[in-house]
Amino acid sequence: MIAPPLADKPSREAAPVGSRLAASLIPTSRFGGAMPWVIALFTALVVIAAAGGLALDNLAGNARAQLSGAVTVQVVEAEPALREQKAARAAEILTEEALVRSVRVVPRAELVELLEPWLGEGATSGEVPIPALIDVELTRTADTAEIAALSRALEAEVPGARVDAQSDWLRPVYDALAALQYLALALIALVACATAAAVWLAARSAFANNRETVEVVHLLGGTDGQVTRIFQRAVIRDAAFGSLVGAGLGVAAVWVLGRQFAGLDSGMVAGGALGLQDWAAIATIPLLAVALAALTGRITIAFALRKML
Amino acid sequence: MIDKPGEIVKFDNVGLRYGTDPEVLTDLSFTLYPGSFYFLTGASGAGKTSLLKLLYLAQRPSRGAIRMFGKDMITLPRRRLPDFRRRLGVVFQNFRLVEHLSAFDNVALPLRLAGTEEPRVRKAVADMLEWVGLSHRAEARPPSLSGGEQQRVAIARAVIARPQMLIADEPTGNVDPEMALKLLRLFEALNTRVGTTVVVATHDVQLLRKVPDSLIMRLHKGQLSDPTGALRFPPRPGGSAASGPAGTRDAR
Repeated sequence: MIAPPLADKPSREAAPVGSRLAASLIPTSRFGGAMPWVIALFTALVVIAAAGGLALDNLAGNARAQLSGAVTVQVVEAEPALREQKAARAAEILTEEALVRSVRVVPRAELVELLEPWLGEGATSGEVPIPALIDVELTRTADTAEIAALSRALEAEVPGARVDAQSDWLRPVYDALAALQYLALALIALVACATAAAVWLAARSAFANNRETVEVVHLLGGTDGQVTRIFQRAVIRDAAFGSLVGAGLGVAAVWVLGRQFAGLDSGMVAGGALGLQDWAAIATIPLLAVALAALTGRITIAFALRKML
Repeated sequence: MIDKPGEIVKFDNVGLRYGTDPEVLTDLSFTLYPGSFYFLTGASGAGKTSLLKLLYLAQRPSRGAIRMFGKDMITLPRRRLPDFRRRLGVVFQNFRLVEHLSAFDNVALPLRLAGTEEPRVRKAVADMLEWVGLSHRAEARPPSLSGGEQQRVAIARAVIARPQMLIADEPTGNVDPEMALKLLRLFEALNTRVGTTVVVATHDVQLLRKVPDSLIMRLHKGQLSDPTGALRFPPRPGGSAASGPAGTRDAR
């Protein structure tokens, strides 16, 4: 009798599954299923939402930086000569304050030019009393108490002078921007949940379709870890393709939108431009999508395997 | 239950039922020893495949105790089952080849799961396929193989990793007599040269006669037909196939 050609006795320990074996055991056609395209869609949405949120953050931050270190002083006085005197005195007092870096009394011609679109001829005729305005740049961001102290000091010397923190005017705008940022965050969270759900369904379906193979691998001594890694590789491959395509689409959309807004030539909108750090953050989105898909796939398969002996 | 030295499998009052159906295996108590060759016989529906499922750890019993390789399989944590399955080689009744893998990759699967280096896998699988006469079909996928060819691939897959125990469910059912004999010689070679314990389920009486040193376990309606468990075949002079060696309860 010719002896059978048996292999050397292999290890009884579980071994890592090689890429060739893993690729061959799950016969999904490359990029054939819906999952890569669903992930591409979701990644594009996350990139757009994240870019929008970051742009709003930049816009609000720039505006806040410009405005929080400045106040405007109004001197309300109907008599023009007295108003000029009071404005000059207010400027003197403000200049002496340690908190104040610079003071500029806004020239009357500039005020008229600013108000003319709203007041029409009333602005130039002198019939409408226009308060004197003083732009005050502070050495630092002042809190409410410091602004109030400045206001009291001024009011004591110059009756009718009123200090307005410029940031107060824009508070509703800031609030709206913050709301939009929260909306972007919520959208990102929802899309992440939807992505996880899509991967969960796809992994369950793949597991069901390959249940016979999984059982055979188990009975030949394959461990849960080996089986999980086999499926995880398929999930990572699909997610990597989908997230890269989605990131590409999302970045293209953001770029086009950026060009459109840049065309508005508005100083405020320009403050929302994305910086290098922002693009770096956006670049992590496809990586996070792959990590989320891999984790979801792993958990899904691990739970499915627990139901098998 | 305490193992006697050298016991590889020990069943004690094992019963198996699926769901709420009546038991398909009842009060099975027997012992298998290392290096022995067993035939499991019985009519269709006698419970051979169910018993084999318990042996190759695809099923836990409904009651009773099973020890394999010195460990209690009833309380063994699920995560430790692969360690024991790697000691087994199984030829399934319907082969259970992975349909989208080639014959070569199917045979290579146990070695690859065990982490054998690829050059050694390729050499061992090529040699094994040549031995079972399927070198020319190495790249063929199971659906394109004949029943006999699939069976030989399944057997090659079961034995290639030198299992401590080989369990085969009707392994020669689809091959011609010449190939059946050759495969049986493969099992014998594993048994005598490597020391593999072999359990072959079959209803082919001719097959039983070809391994004279084998022991027979006869199942009838889910019960071993004789409380001694595995019995010698052919019968000793004055005895019958249903009578075991005097003074023993176990398989030899």
